[in-house]
Amino acid sequence: MSHTEQYNFSKTALRGLRDAAFAGVIALIVFGPMNGLILDGYGLDFHLDRPFLMAGIVALGRFLLTLSGCLPAVRQLRERLMDFSHRGVTVEQPGDSQVRWKVLILLTIITGLCAPFLVSKYWLTILILALIYVLLGLGLNIVVGFAGLLDLGFVAFYAVGAYVIALGAQYWGLGFWTAIPVAAVLAALAGCILAFPVLRMHGDYLAIVTLGFGEIIRLVLNNWLDFTGGPNGVRAPSPTLFGLEFTRKAKEGGIPFHEYFGLEYSSFYKYLLIYLVLFVIVVALTLFVHRLRNMPMGRAWEALRENEIACRSLGINHVTVKLSAFMMGAMTAGIGGVFFASYQGFVNPTSFTFFESALILAIVVLGGMGSIVGVIIAAFVFTLVPEMLREFADYRVLVFGVVMVLMMIWRPRGLLQIRRKAFKRPRPVYTRPGEAQPLHAASAGQSL
Amino acid sequence: MQPTTTQPLLEVSDLSMRFGGILALNSASLNVLPGSITAIIGPNGAGKTTLFNCITGFYRATSGAIRFNSGNSSVDLIQVLGGPFKATDLTDPRAFSTRLYYKMLGGSHRVALAGVARTFQNIRLFDEMTAIENLLVAQHTGLDRNVVGGFLRTGSYLKSEHTAVDRAFYWLDKMGLGEDANRLAGELPYGHQRRLEIARAMCTQPKMICLDEPAAGLNPNETKALSEMIQMLRREHDVAVLLIEHDMGMVMDISDHIVVLDHGEVIAAGTPQHVENDPAVLAAYLGADYETGVAL
Ligand SMILES: Nc1ncnc2c1ncn2[C@@H]1O[C@H](COP(=O)(O)OP(=O)(O)OP(=O)(O)O)[C@@H](O)[C@H]1O
Ligand SMILES: [Mg+2]
Repeated sequence: MSHTEQYNFSKTALRGLRDAAFAGVIALIVFGPMNGLILDGYGLDFHLDRPFLMAGIVALGRFLLTLSGCLPAVRQLRERLMDFSHRGVTVEQPGDSQVRWKVLILLTIITGLCAPFLVSKYWLTILILALIYVLLGLGLNIVVGFAGLLDLGFVAFYAVGAYVIALGAQYWGLGFWTAIPVAAVLAALAGCILAFPVLRMHGDYLAIVTLGFGEIIRLVLNNWLDFTGGPNGVRAPSPTLFGLEFTRKAKEGGIPFHEYFGLEYSSFYKYLLIYLVLFVIVVALTLFVHRLRNMPMGRAWEALRENEIACRSLGINHVTVKLSAFMMGAMTAGIGGVFFASYQGFVNPTSFTFFESALILAIVVLGGMGSIVGVIIAAFVFTLVPEMLREFADYRVLVFGVVMVLMMIWRPRGLLQIRRKAFKRPRPVYTRPGEAQPLHAASAGQSL
Repeated sequence: MQPTTTQPLLEVSDLSMRFGGILALNSASLNVLPGSITAIIGPNGAGKTTLFNCITGFYRATSGAIRFNSGNSSVDLIQVLGGPFKATDLTDPRAFSTRLYYKMLGGSHRVALAGVARTFQNIRLFDEMTAIENLLVAQHTGLDRNVVGGFLRTGSYLKSEHTAVDRAFYWLDKMGLGEDANRLAGELPYGHQRRLEIARAMCTQPKMICLDEPAAGLNPNETKALSEMIQMLRREHDVAVLLIEHDMGMVMDISDHIVVLDHGEVIAAGTPQHVENDPAVLAAYLGADYETGVAL
């Protein structure tokens, strides 16, 4: 240790002692009444040893924390954590290798397909729920992350999807498979109906209207007793596999799945089917959204988020572009709703409260608005972690709030950086300068 | 006004724009000929940007008419914004249906589709997208926008994207931004951002481009390069340029026709030589500095 380093160290140690004393006193004040005074009948017991012990721990911790500042590794870590100048967007370089990504994606898909056979039925249901949230996150990510429209009532479209299969089965004999496209269309329609009047609004106003819409849907479901069954909810059908049912006894002379294959009855098969179908849909949708980002529609969404006025000056109809984002998001949520209803076997309005909307929004924000991988990771975090920490269920909302605040401080742009595709100079294809073919004449009729 | 044989590309007649008590434009009229460079000058607050906003459909003029004649079609740039219904529409079903159509699908984007592109006095780029993506967004209306085709990467989609990327690179090179293709627009230096905005406007393949103070904040070298680029646009791409600019050297150098605005009124119009010697212009422009002989 050189002379100056030694000097620095002793200075830090001194500062550490001072900090530790200060922290200890504060801890004593806080813990004193909390741990030191124990109510015993009508009297009070004094246990002064406890607050002193706590204060000692706090002081020691504070001292070590200050002292650890001498280690370069710790200092670096701290600097990285305190780096608020985090940029949310990077651009790939044209030559960047995509192999690493492809391997990662392949591994994820293989893991995803094997997962249901390795875990218990309980965890399989949790995985299904996680995938449903991935679906919802991807959908809301289109609306909030790409198009920049703050939607606080996203759960409404989820509810539409769930009730389409439940009510459809009850009144029109709709099955699981037909319910998926029907729910997608109806949810998109609901998105369109909501969006048309509100798309001229911006920011806060849009958020409030969508919040209201979400509540309206829930209240209608809750109060329209004759049709929706109100708070009692409705039964939702399970999926079938080529007509084979997953119930213990098939109705009207059909053969249930387990009998057909000579297996023991278990609801595991039903969940397995739901999981695999959902997994395929999630993978397809992820690929779709990924490609959308580099397609005209996705680019228009992002451009609209960046600058609406500039978009209009380029001939982009902002109303139809916003509408497309809203409908695409709603559609995804509708599909998610079908899986949720089928997986639960039952739906009622309590599943579609504002908290649900907030949770999905948190997934999108945590994932980094606009980052697909980020949203997928966040969806898993938000569904798996609460399951693992069942004992702390009471503190769930508290932890949720703390996480959001920390995120806003450290990573306001989300956990993962958004990566933008780089373009290589292409083989020249168009005659320059001044191509004769007028673009506008060809497309003046429609604009999306 | 000089006698013309060709039909003007843009005809603005008796345009007025009122904001509450302020009459920002007072019966302003002007014509832009195809392939010309027309400058609009005037002191601060004269209503130049307001005129631009009316022409490009961001403001609905209080009264007056704007016609845009390109090729053999003539577009009413105020009608396409979609105005309120009038009592006379009830007796005329055709007027009613066109009004309904523009009310549903009209808007300022229609002006761009008619062939008018613009830049903004305060730069409006898509900051978190790359320069090349900015130019791809500008070509949006001409691309293959079929979502399913795009997802499956059909031949026609790939071809349309390929052409778009190629055109974008072409314009980046033209504006001297070839190195910036894969940089975020918001991170570019100011002068580059100005040029990127022009490149983006040109990617819509307009018949007329409106530039709002393109040389503001540029140094003399950059201004000179910009003058050349603007002349190149006209020469090689056959666009008419409508230009707002405070840099008199540049205006006098490159424009064919100058319109002088003051307090929302056109106080003079003509060739640079004509405007330069107009006493009304000198009075409005220089005010008290009339005698000091600032080079106009
Ligand atoms: N949206 C608006 N609402 C109210 N007043 C406005 C609006 N836009 C412009 N004005 C007013 O109209 C007048 C003309 O403004 P304009 O921006 O057109 O001036 P300008 O000629 O572009 O000036 P500059 O050279 O400073 O850019 C000003 O008095 C301005 O305050
Ligand atoms: Mg101005």
